[in-house]
Amino acid sequence: MTKPPAPSPPPVQEGSATVAARQRWMSVLARASAQSIATRLENVPPLPACTVLRGPESGLVMLRGRAGGGGGPFNLGEMSVTRCTVRSDTGFVGHAYVQGRDARQARLAAEIDAALQDPARHDELARAVIDPLAEAQTAARDSKAAKAAATRVQFFTMATMRTS
Amino acid sequence: MSPTLSNIDLPGFADPVAQAQASFRALLDAMARPGTIATAGQGLTPPAPLDPATAAVLLTLVDGDARLHLTPDCAAARDWLVFHCGTTPCDDSASAGFVATRTMPDLAHLATGTDEAPESSATLVLQVLALGSGPAFRLAGPGLKAPAIFRAEGLPPDFAARWAANHALFPRGIDLVLCAGTALAAIPRSITVTEA
Repeated sequence: MTKPPAPSPPPVQEGSATVAARQRWMSVLARASAQSIATRLENVPPLPACTVLRGPESGLVMLRGRAGGGGGPFNLGEMSVTRCTVRSDTGFVGHAYVQGRDARQARLAAEIDAALQDPARHDELARAVIDPLAEAQTAARDSKAAKAAATRVQFFTMATMRTS
Repeated sequence: MSPTLSNIDLPGFADPVAQAQASFRALLDAMARPGTIATAGQGLTPPAPLDPATAAVLLTLVDGDARLHLTPDCAAARDWLVFHCGTTPCDDSASAGFVATRTMPDLAHLATGTDEAPESSATLVLQVLALGSGPAFRLAGPGLKAPAIFRAEGLPPDFAARWAANHALFPRGIDLVLCAGTALAAIPRSITVTEA
């Protein structure tokens, strides 16, 4: 009944990327929409074919918070998370955990995580996909922060008026 | 998460919900009719040394709350089970709720439950060479109108005697799930086994 596995792919390899570098690109991918990732991917050669090991599947993650440094942890609320794990035919295992229920984003993020661990593809993908996405996210955050900053009330002024 | 996550390279159930339900149903039927052979794990590609049926049973029953013990002859599949079941196998077979193995362990060393909580006993998932061929045993007990003949290859020669000691503990005792290829059969603790 069991199919003999198709020509066996190369053994799973450990990527050479450091943990911090991988954390960075995984977090960028987790914040990017499927559409924006797909748009960036149009500029690079296709990603290697992948076998799905798990997912994409959605679930809930309990977020915990704590009030103050000495406060005990409490359950803040649940958040939907989608995760996916793939194995590329070049032998790298890619994981993705993304916020929300977008299976396509999780799948793309996992495939890119696998490809980024491949030294042969890393630089090109980082330049064409990760860096532009990170820039766009930073710009969006800065613009939001600037808008919020514009509404800030300067209590300092009133304090000065009272003392003068 | 375990640092060994990048060592897995084989998928689990392609459709986790439907396949786990189908495997659970197969297991339920096998438990209800001791000795009948059900199929589970078709299409599953587990890592060596697990057979598809063994892997399907473990994927179906074991989750993060279950205590799974792997004997050394199944340890090669550890990472795969950690990843797909979300459990960390325990080293202590005496407290495990599930024991996966390819050689029949001493049943007295596994959790047999207590008279107040017989459900806290262990379920032994034993991978054998073949089901439906090999030495014959006669099974009798709940679920069987008449004693049934059950054949399995790869059980120890003194299996009937060892099982008798387990059966004598009833309502305590180990439940046995036998797997080979994509076939599975079950012998609950309530069943008597004699050599046929």
